[in-house]
Amino acid sequence: MEIILALAIGTLTSCGVWLLLRPRTFQVIIGLALLSYAVNLFIFSTGRLRIDRPPVAGENPVDVMQLADPVPQSLVLTAIVIGFATTALLLVVMLAARGMTGTDHVDGQERDE
Amino acid sequence: MNAFLHHLPIVPIAVPMGAAAIMLLFPEDRRGARLSIAIGASLIQLIVAFAMLVLTTDAVTSFWPEGIGVYAIGSWGAPFGIVLVVDRLTALMLALNAVLGLAVVVHSTARWDRIGVHYQPLLQFLMLGLNGAFLTGDLFNLFVFFEILLAASYGLLLHGGGKTRVKMALHFVVVNLVGAFAFLIGVAMLYSVLGTLNMADIAARWDTLPVADRGLAGTGAAVLAIAFLIKAGSWPLNFWLPNTYSIAAAPVAAAFANATKVGIYAILRLNSLVDTNGASFGEGWLFGLAVSTMLFGIVGMLAARQLSRLIAFTVVLSSGTLLGAAGMGSPSMVAPALFYLVGSVMASGAFFMLAGMTERMRTATAQAPDEDPGQASYDAFAMGVPPVPRSADEEVGIAIPAAMAFLGLAFVCCALLVTGLPPLSGFVAKFALVAAAIKAPDISATPAWQAWTLVTLVLVGGLAGLIALARAGMRLFWSVTDRNTPRLSVLESAPLAFLILVCLLLTAGARPAMRYFEDAARDLAQPRAYIHAVLGEPPVQAPR
Repeated sequence: MEIILALAIGTLTSCGVWLLLRPRTFQVIIGLALLSYAVNLFIFSTGRLRIDRPPVAGENPVDVMQLADPVPQSLVLTAIVIGFATTALLLVVMLAARGMTGTDHVDGQERDE
Repeated sequence: MNAFLHHLPIVPIAVPMGAAAIMLLFPEDRRGARLSIAIGASLIQLIVAFAMLVLTTDAVTSFWPEGIGVYAIGSWGAPFGIVLVVDRLTALMLALNAVLGLAVVVHSTARWDRIGVHYQPLLQFLMLGLNGAFLTGDLFNLFVFFEILLAASYGLLLHGGGKTRVKMALHFVVVNLVGAFAFLIGVAMLYSVLGTLNMADIAARWDTLPVADRGLAGTGAAVLAIAFLIKAGSWPLNFWLPNTYSIAAAPVAAAFANATKVGIYAILRLNSLVDTNGASFGEGWLFGLAVSTMLFGIVGMLAARQLSRLIAFTVVLSSGTLLGAAGMGSPSMVAPALFYLVGSVMASGAFFMLAGMTERMRTATAQAPDEDPGQASYDAFAMGVPPVPRSADEEVGIAIPAAMAFLGLAFVCCALLVTGLPPLSGFVAKFALVAAAIKAPDISATPAWQAWTLVTLVLVGGLAGLIALARAGMRLFWSVTDRNTPRLSVLESAPLAFLILVCLLLTAGARPAMRYFEDAARDLAQPRAYIHAVLGEPPVQAPR
């Protein structure tokens, strides 16, 4: 499972970075989205990979080692919310830039202009 | 009274948050109500920040032992709950933020808060993010406050609208999103190794870390530092900074002058906590980056043709100077660096305001920036009827006479402050910095070449700043062609005078101020007290 997750994070990151360096705003925003997935998966993995473990202890006290680490899960939740909000804001800015400059180049003008 | 004082650390977060939320309930045309809330909130922050400054001095030892106050939010003790920590560095940054914030709020009332929606609430959210970032003792909470201040600064940067601002805002948002990802990766790596997010707990566990894990933890700290360096405007992560700062509305740029320093603050804090054995943070990398940043700032200053752009490069130069002082790893450099930080934030804040006021001196044709920029944002947000449209020249309040004399004097003061010439506080700061740098190789492991490089660059930077500013000043004030004297209102000019006055006070009170900075630097050099204050608090038992 570690290998699969690591490969997934690596693929997402490399695609994200490549897209981020492209000249079109749409590519940039997709790149940022991929990067944020990669980062979220990465945070999630810092709680160690385990299956079928509850993150919160119930009424009966159990061995702490049998629980999943709840902190990375809450961190991921926060990171997703914040990333989502800022990406939404970026979309608005992107649309405004497209409308005002008439091009979807990140610099607001084509290179040969 | 004491019971209230114990809740003091939460006030700089709660007040701007509450004020901004309440302001949003008032429609945009109830300017009076909004403004009084904004000014009231800023005044409260100023009073609280100065109360903290007094409480963290040695004069009051009984309240916060060793000048470090810990506030466990919801009574959840560290390291499990989030704590707010007030030490000298925090109190200093809060006071600086409050002074600049009040000046910006008042300055904006003259005309800037009319050209778009939700300006004052956004400014309060920016203050909230900055105050929170300075106060928090938790790494992930620091991320959240960073994002709050960034979200507010996106809104503020776009304030006024127009093609250039939208274009630059796009770059600014993308760069900072990438910075946020770096922050998250760094935090996650530190958590995976150390198992904690509390800064004091991280520092406590750092020393006992198994050798096998040190590499990973160090990498995590380095990735984290990248996020801070982006914010601090360090080369090569700062190409967004001059463009962004020079096109932002003048008071917004002034407010941003402090936002770069949050990166410096975070680096100082991380440096203090992570490396308890006194080795320099980043093993010389930080110093190298600082030198490049200073060179970039110097070249940029000489090349800049627009005043606001020139000031943006002085911000880069001051960031570089501060990073250089931090990167030398000598504890004796920190106190002069803090003095320099305070002075340079005030000076660049005042300078950005001044640049905005002198913009109007240019000819009437060149002056209309984007034809009625506010209208677009009113339409976009469907805010109903915008407040009474005003022409750009029409001012509120009493116009002060001798506008040109005021602008000229203010320009000279700002230039003296920024370049570090006597008699203002910039000179004291640079003198202290240079003196400490020359002495540093004798009392710590700093290589002599680093000290002399910093001294040279600080002096060359001052000279380059003087040349560039003298040129800009001559073009601005002495070339008489097509100039119209701007009408200045008292509301607009008073904050500028206030900031310069604070710098004057800092010069006059250099001795007590320096003593406070030295205490702050001593705390940073010996984080034991900080760790003890945070972790030593007995956790409060939950009622059964």
